[in-house]
Amino acid sequence: MPDQVVWGMEVFLNGLMTGVLYSLVALGFVLIFKASGIFNFSQGVMALFAALTLVGIMDGQVPFAHLINTIFGTDIHYFGWTVPALGAILLTMVVMVALAWAVNQFIFRHLVGQEPIILFMATIGLAYFLEGFGDIMWGSDIKNLDVGLPQGINETIDEVTYQVFGYGFFIDNLDIAATVVAVVLVIALVLFAQYTKYGRAMRAVADDHQAALSVGISLKFIWIMVWSLAGFVALAAGIMWGAKSGVQFSLSLIALKALPVLMLGGFTSIPGAIVGGLIIGVGEKMFEFLVGPMVGGATENWFAYMLALLFLVFRPQGLFGEKIIERV
Amino acid sequence: MMALDATEGYTTEDGRRIGGVVMEMRNITLRFGGVVAIKDISFDIREGEIRAIIGPNGAGKSSMLNVISGFYKPQEGEVWYKGEKRPSMKPYQVARQGIARTFQNIALFDGMSVLDNVMTGRIRHMTSGLLSQAIWKGRAEAEEVENRAKVERIIDFLEIQHIRKTPVGRLPYGLKKRVELARALAAEPSILLLDEPMAGMNVEEKEDMSRFILDVNDEFGTTIALIEHDMGVVMDLSDRVVVMDYGKKIGDGSPGEVRQNQAVIDAYLGVAHD
Repeated sequence: MPDQVVWGMEVFLNGLMTGVLYSLVALGFVLIFKASGIFNFSQGVMALFAALTLVGIMDGQVPFAHLINTIFGTDIHYFGWTVPALGAILLTMVVMVALAWAVNQFIFRHLVGQEPIILFMATIGLAYFLEGFGDIMWGSDIKNLDVGLPQGINETIDEVTYQVFGYGFFIDNLDIAATVVAVVLVIALVLFAQYTKYGRAMRAVADDHQAALSVGISLKFIWIMVWSLAGFVALAAGIMWGAKSGVQFSLSLIALKALPVLMLGGFTSIPGAIVGGLIIGVGEKMFEFLVGPMVGGATENWFAYMLALLFLVFRPQGLFGEKIIERV
Repeated sequence: MMALDATEGYTTEDGRRIGGVVMEMRNITLRFGGVVAIKDISFDIREGEIRAIIGPNGAGKSSMLNVISGFYKPQEGEVWYKGEKRPSMKPYQVARQGIARTFQNIALFDGMSVLDNVMTGRIRHMTSGLLSQAIWKGRAEAEEVENRAKVERIIDFLEIQHIRKTPVGRLPYGLKKRVELARALAAEPSILLLDEPMAGMNVEEKEDMSRFILDVNDEFGTTIALIEHDMGVVMDLSDRVVVMDYGKKIGDGSPGEVRQNQAVIDAYLGVAHD
């Protein structure tokens, strides 16, 4: 097999892995959009906040340490203990539920029935608030996140591909772990939405608020539940990105990459978010590999948006979005 | 109609058993800003009866239904339910107490199948917690199976088996109305509120719907309160009728009594108000 094709296959696989992470972020968007019609711009910052909290808890960091030290003239930074990864993840999940509650209590409860653009603006505000809040709470330095996921080149794939193609593929173990986590998460979410009472209630609220109330569904409960789920998805995304490139504030920018994913997959489709993420991931890597050298590279920066633009023109509802059917 | 005690019951001519008062509205007044939608209205609903609220357009019938189901909160007056004064409640809490309703312009979950729509009606009977549901173990699974059986029975009863798996958004109007009725019925409500169940239907669909309402009342003994502005339909269906006009109660009694009532005749014939 020619070298170009073999390298192409490796690029394809790597793209798939990157795509999984885009999918995870997009998934958080879809959950909230479906249930409440809110386009949550702060989803990326939620991933950052979750990752910061996770690291903070694991390292036994004192929250608001800088603030406390400034006010009281103390010099404390760490409690002096560390928390095992699993325990810290559970604690972070509790924090994400609390955040979901607070977001509803202090913001969206007061905005019921407002125009979508107002809700959207509120989430932009929330994004900046949360970024600053995370900064105050845990400090702004880049942190290492290691929850014990396997890292480094996968030897098996390297060996097998070397024997087959005469060239060992470089696939990061972390990417494989991310893929497994994402797949499990998605299957769990789909099953939950499709086959449980709460999932059914969630879909009901997405469709019609009045009708949902009339069968005894508490909108508040469902909204908090959905924001919590989005928080868990953000946590998963935050762990993966954080483990890959450290927990830093640029993490919140991956939210922007999720936008084209949503254009492709449709704003209301869970499978759409997954497939959209994979297409963008593979697409931008392959494009860079094939076309990049001809145009001087750096195509990854704009390819996703270009593709989204094409979709907006030719298929506005996305690949899997609900086609707007109206009986007249 | 003879005067009855609140707890007393009686048997109708066609042999149905009507029980004591299950819900009582006491001096309800509802205002929107300066507009008085309901003015000092009192009436009761007895167990097992079909109670109609009629009146010309804009009489305040829908507002009254929204007060009963908790969507509107009256400024004055009390709602008594099962012998107790009802505290201020959110609509979903009222629904969980066993008051199910349909809507005048149909509020269904369009993206979901007929079966799923009707299943949402069972929510007030499903008590397993979020965690149990999330891991789909123990009570959650048994509960789903048990409730599913009840839903299938209602689906059969309302003759919508053939569309069980169809997304509701694709159904024609008349069938949507029936699915909405099925969903409300799935709640096994103490009181079933129907907001203009025949609105926008052709004669055949109206006859079907009338038959279903009577059958539901007969088969399940469900207490039904319904709103209509078409007098003809209501007179054949109901045991007792409240007549509203301009937010006030102008008549209350059996269909025969109401038909003789001069104020009611005036309201429907459009006699000038002074």
